[in-house]
Amino acid sequence: MSEPRTPEEQTDNQPNPPEPSEAQEPTKNEKQQSPTGIIIRRFLKNKLAVFGLIMLVLITTVSFSAPLITEHDPTSTDMLNIHADPSSEHILGTNGVGQDNFARLLYGGQISIQIGLYIAAIVTVIGVVLGSLAGYYGGRVDGAIMRFTDLFLVLPFLLLVLTVVTILQETTLTIFVITLGLIVWPNITRILRGTYLSLREQEFVLSAKSIGASDFRIMRKHLLPNAVGPIIVNATVIMAQMIILESALSFLGFGIPEPTPTWGSMLDEARNLGILTGQPHMWLPPGLMIVLTVLSINFIGDALRDAFDPKSKSR
Amino acid sequence: MYKYILRRVLVFIPMLFLVTVIVFTLAMLAPGDPLTGQVLDPNIDPEVLEERRDALGLNDPPPVQYWNWLQEVGQGNLGDSLHYSGRTVEELILARVPNTINLAVFSLFVTIVVGLPLGIYSARKQYTPADYAATTFGFFGLSMPNFFFGLIAIYVFAFQLGWFPARGTGDGTLLSTIHHLVLPGITLGLASTAIYMRYIRSEVLDVMGSDYIRTARAKGLTDGTVLYKHTLRNSLIPIITLMGFEFGTLLSGAVVVEAVFSFPGMGQLFLTGIQNNDFPLIMGINLVVGITILVGNLIADILYAVVDPRIRYD
Repeated sequence: MSEPRTPEEQTDNQPNPPEPSEAQEPTKNEKQQSPTGIIIRRFLKNKLAVFGLIMLVLITTVSFSAPLITEHDPTSTDMLNIHADPSSEHILGTNGVGQDNFARLLYGGQISIQIGLYIAAIVTVIGVVLGSLAGYYGGRVDGAIMRFTDLFLVLPFLLLVLTVVTILQETTLTIFVITLGLIVWPNITRILRGTYLSLREQEFVLSAKSIGASDFRIMRKHLLPNAVGPIIVNATVIMAQMIILESALSFLGFGIPEPTPTWGSMLDEARNLGILTGQPHMWLPPGLMIVLTVLSINFIGDALRDAFDPKSKSR
Repeated sequence: MYKYILRRVLVFIPMLFLVTVIVFTLAMLAPGDPLTGQVLDPNIDPEVLEERRDALGLNDPPPVQYWNWLQEVGQGNLGDSLHYSGRTVEELILARVPNTINLAVFSLFVTIVVGLPLGIYSARKQYTPADYAATTFGFFGLSMPNFFFGLIAIYVFAFQLGWFPARGTGDGTLLSTIHHLVLPGITLGLASTAIYMRYIRSEVLDVMGSDYIRTARAKGLTDGTVLYKHTLRNSLIPIITLMGFEFGTLLSGAVVVEAVFSFPGMGQLFLTGIQNNDFPLIMGINLVVGITILVGNLIADILYAVVDPRIRYD
């Protein structure tokens, strides 16, 4: 990173004087205090974040090594053995069409994590591109992009998603991810626009401009590295929200269609009162997995927010 | 000040227009039209259907259709439901609105009664076990899908303990209504409670670090006076905006929560519409909800200006 320090650090000099501007000249001590190093160290100091990271790695590893853990196919049905109670053959029993719940739990994790990651990636790319254009150029470009985001923000999110899913009539994983990505981007675009709006006023932008750097170069080389904090933090927020959203949609019967196993569709079984009250082993595990996964991501996101925040005192 | 309010209202009008355009566009994108169901009927001549389409204006160019639709909507006419034959969309919505309002008000009540004090307490006792407990609760509230929480609530409080009913709205008496609201209301309010709590906590911590609070302390005021007379007044201002935006979140959440608790509100009506491809109903609810949110934001904007004199009126 060619950029010296985050802009907030520069503005934050008043309450925090002991960082002279020569800090770039790396003395031996300063060398260990590279911005990335500081962030990593702050992150690792947060016990909840470390817990979250370990849990997330664990959940991902276990989900993606599902074929090694269970020999059951999560999609194969067995109409002679439905709603079975847990046994050594089916650790968590079977569902309404005789699919093995434990296998569905493992494979469902793959879907949840992938959906979260893909949508977060799509939304982040759109958000960074449009957010930087709106924030950097301001004026009419900004106005146009912001009005465009308004289009998506006037309807409550879930109603809009459900309406669009109904209009599409049938969804696959790809369609689902793209649809949600295209609906969710405005929020993050607005947040990143705010970030870019404040960055644009910084002196290093003026200095880059005055030596003749092109707008594109300024956005890519000077603004982007300084916006990495908010970008990553918001990506984690989106990922957590999308895992919850997918589960809610699948629960309502409008998520990824069968036979793809997802945690939300496993919880769908609990809409039957008999199963809800009589067979908690059917719906409790996928629910707990969602909570654990989302909680881990939120712990990580929160710690990253603190770690990236130059005002934070813990070094 | 009045100029500011006027300006807000003037921004509100194009937004209102935008909502109608979006809802109309979505309706145009939707497959089929009000006569699609009759196409399958072998007794109806396709040519007759085409004539009826002409008569109904379904073959007009979209802008013309939009204008005609807008005039109907202006008179409070949202069309006929396809699924509930013989009933208009506005009549269906009006029948469900009171239940959803009850649910929303109850959950907002939970949010304020639990979220605010918890946030304040947690900020005052920063870095104590109580603070950690409250912060953990905040994380759980954010990470728990509301339908899963609802399922657990039904399992524990309705089934195992039998304290509260698991579904429906009761027999209409006040006591029964409230009794039926408890579980869905708490479920719907959980996420917002966590958000408010986290928000108030950081807001109070922020204000407590400011210079005028130090001055107030230096004058020898008690902690209580500083908190209630100085800190809270300023911490609560952003809450108004938060509540303005709360409408959308609540209505989104209501779709899921009403499904879990078989609660006959707008959310459930919307789901019925979605499940049956009842597009007039879906679009009618979208329109009503979109307008409600806009009005909510407008009220929040105006209240914000009334409460906070620092708002610049330009």
